[in-house]
Amino acid sequence: MKSKIKKLLKNFRITRSAFSYPYILFMLIFVVLPLALILINAFMVDQRLSFGNFISLVQDRASLPTLLTSLLVGLVTTITCLVVGYPVAYILAKRKSGRIIALLFILPMWVNFLIRTLSTRAMFEALGIDLGMGTVIFGMVYNFIPFMILPLHTTLSNIDKSYIEAAQDLGASPSIVFLKATLPLSIPGIISGITMVFIPTISTFAISQLLGGIYLFGDSIYSKFNHGMYGVGSVMSLIMLVFVIISNVFISKVNKGGAARNLW
Amino acid sequence: MKNDDIIIQIKNLTKEYDNNPVVNNISFSIKRGEFVTFLGPSGCGKTTTLRMIAGFEKPTRGEVYINGKNITNIPPHERPVNTVFQKYALFPHLNVFNNIAFGLKLKMVSDGIVTDKKGVKYEKFRKLTKQEIREKVRNVLKMVDLEDYEHRDVDSLSGGQQQRVAIARAIVNEPEVLLLDEPLGALDLKMRKDMQLELMNMHKKLGITFVYVTHDQEEALTMSDTIVVMRGGVIQQIGTPQKVYDEPANAFVADFIGESNIFSGIMLDNYKVQFCEHVFECVDKGFKKNEPIDVIIRPEDIYILPEDNKSAMMRAKVISSIFKGDHYQTIAEIIGEEGNEILIHDNTECKSGETIGLFIKPFDLHIMHKSRIINEIITEMWDENVVEISGGRFDCLRSLPSGTKVKVQIDFDDVIIHDDEKEGIIGGTVVSSIYKGSYYQCIVRTDDYYDFFVDTDDEWLKGDRVGISVKPEDIIVTEYVEDKDEKQD
Repeated sequence: MKSKIKKLLKNFRITRSAFSYPYILFMLIFVVLPLALILINAFMVDQRLSFGNFISLVQDRASLPTLLTSLLVGLVTTITCLVVGYPVAYILAKRKSGRIIALLFILPMWVNFLIRTLSTRAMFEALGIDLGMGTVIFGMVYNFIPFMILPLHTTLSNIDKSYIEAAQDLGASPSIVFLKATLPLSIPGIISGITMVFIPTISTFAISQLLGGIYLFGDSIYSKFNHGMYGVGSVMSLIMLVFVIISNVFISKVNKGGAARNLW
Repeated sequence: MKNDDIIIQIKNLTKEYDNNPVVNNISFSIKRGEFVTFLGPSGCGKTTTLRMIAGFEKPTRGEVYINGKNITNIPPHERPVNTVFQKYALFPHLNVFNNIAFGLKLKMVSDGIVTDKKGVKYEKFRKLTKQEIREKVRNVLKMVDLEDYEHRDVDSLSGGQQQRVAIARAIVNEPEVLLLDEPLGALDLKMRKDMQLELMNMHKKLGITFVYVTHDQEEALTMSDTIVVMRGGVIQQIGTPQKVYDEPANAFVADFIGESNIFSGIMLDNYKVQFCEHVFECVDKGFKKNEPIDVIIRPEDIYILPEDNKSAMMRAKVISSIFKGDHYQTIAEIIGEEGNEILIHDNTECKSGETIGLFIKPFDLHIMHKSRIINEIITEMWDENVVEISGGRFDCLRSLPSGTKVKVQIDFDDVIIHDDEKEGIIGGTVVSSIYKGSYYQCIVRTDDYYDFFVDTDDEWLKGDRVGISVKPEDIIVTEYVEDKDEKQD
């Protein structure tokens, strides 16, 4: 045994692959192991393999509406971010003065999100606006719009100017240039913006509770783990994971190896 | 209409970026159906000129006319021209068919004259039908030999095929003028030769005007009806390929188009020129007596004779002789004090070190005015014994009070170029370097756009930043009097 270790140490050389060992170790401990634990927890009831957790989740009357509300909030937030964010990203890419606008949108990101959300709530209360679905969506858009603008901005500013010129040259007026060249060419950015907003929106917690007392999927996972219901919590996490995978597959289909890589 | 055969007319066109002229006050016209090439080194303003015709750049001054109509302020999508871009610019989100159909789908065609209820006649427009579009796309694909590629992704095509699609996409709109911006630059040599021929055939078949931009002189000579040679935003010469090659307007054109020997010489009298320490008979007249001139001789116009042949005009010592397939390229040093080098293309094989005789026919000596014989700058004294040139302060021997308007003259060979910009009094960029047999004539452009002509023994690379200085005793300063300003170089 000892001689074996000695031999191993002797043969150990700092090759390029040696540098990847710390990362592999890190990934094993903090990515692969937790995922395995979630999987095991999901299928374990009283130290026995069973589908009991799934059954109790389906039977729980609150779960399904929570999931639907989450999806709805996610959808509305994403669409609002896209509608508000696209023109901003477009102006950013076209004009030098756009940098100031970019800064204004990114500046809040430097503030801790809890403090940011609490102050948003304080503002609503001061203005006498009732907390509810509207304020939750406002909070979500406020928090996640930079994640829409950044990939859109990258894609829009990377569009080769000659495509725009080619469209003009072939007889397209400015509005047609936008519809037939700029917009289709920015689809990769739109898609990665959507994923970067939609997935975090449905999985965050705290924002919805603080700004409207609404339970979203992320909040219920949080409370399940908080109340020691590891099994059901794990099942919900798995459902979340499935959503991420589905949207990723969908996106890679639409994107067809497009320019912008999404982060999820 | 007298100018009916002129399709594009450009009047005093200037484009400046941050007050630096890229295209400087150019005027010319293009005939209907012509194949015109803008030729020049990179940064000479040829592409900018093309882009102003297409409408992508707004001229700082001047006008562009197409069919006699001023289109200077008309946006690109309303101009009757189409462009083939340098990197093709095919839309990656569309397949070959849709790329080509892009312009057709936007096109409105006349649908005859209609009379409405009030009896007012107007022309009705309609879009092309799907059937018409399909037919047109198929025809143009056939023309560029890509019949089966309709549904292919543009990314899956080779460079040459993408090029063809780009051409098809432009000509399918039946423009009156096709603009081509270095379209063959990205192709390999063989592909480029094939495409040159195809473009020429296409030009014949379509009968429309081609305006072509290239830095490749051979491409320009092969394809064009007319060549416009540009440098530094200024047109150097407009002419047929033969004319530009055989009778270059100046030393730059001669150097840029084909290989040539350029020597400084003196015109002794009509039909009599002196250069390389020999006197030659020539066919030019009308120069001033003893006027300094440039002589240009194409290497294929020089004949090698045995050393003792009676008709040999001068003798030279062979430095090298290389077989080039159909001729020998010989470099020889003319025997004499100056030691001028001369490049010869001839069928005679020479040994290096051998002495040969050279013969040149009188009409093969191309004699041209020097664009400048001395650097002359109108400026002011900075202080006593200090004169300001292009923002730098040069010591000189004249003591005039500061602010006096003066004319400064500096001989070409008195300007000193420094490798390190900081060693010179002012900095500049080398914009041209032409070998003149025994020395290089460089043009160094200062940051305020004065061109210093410099004769130097070293070769300086175009585009390099260099420093310039002049010895105080070499600066000739004379007081400048305004009303005497009648002769300019």
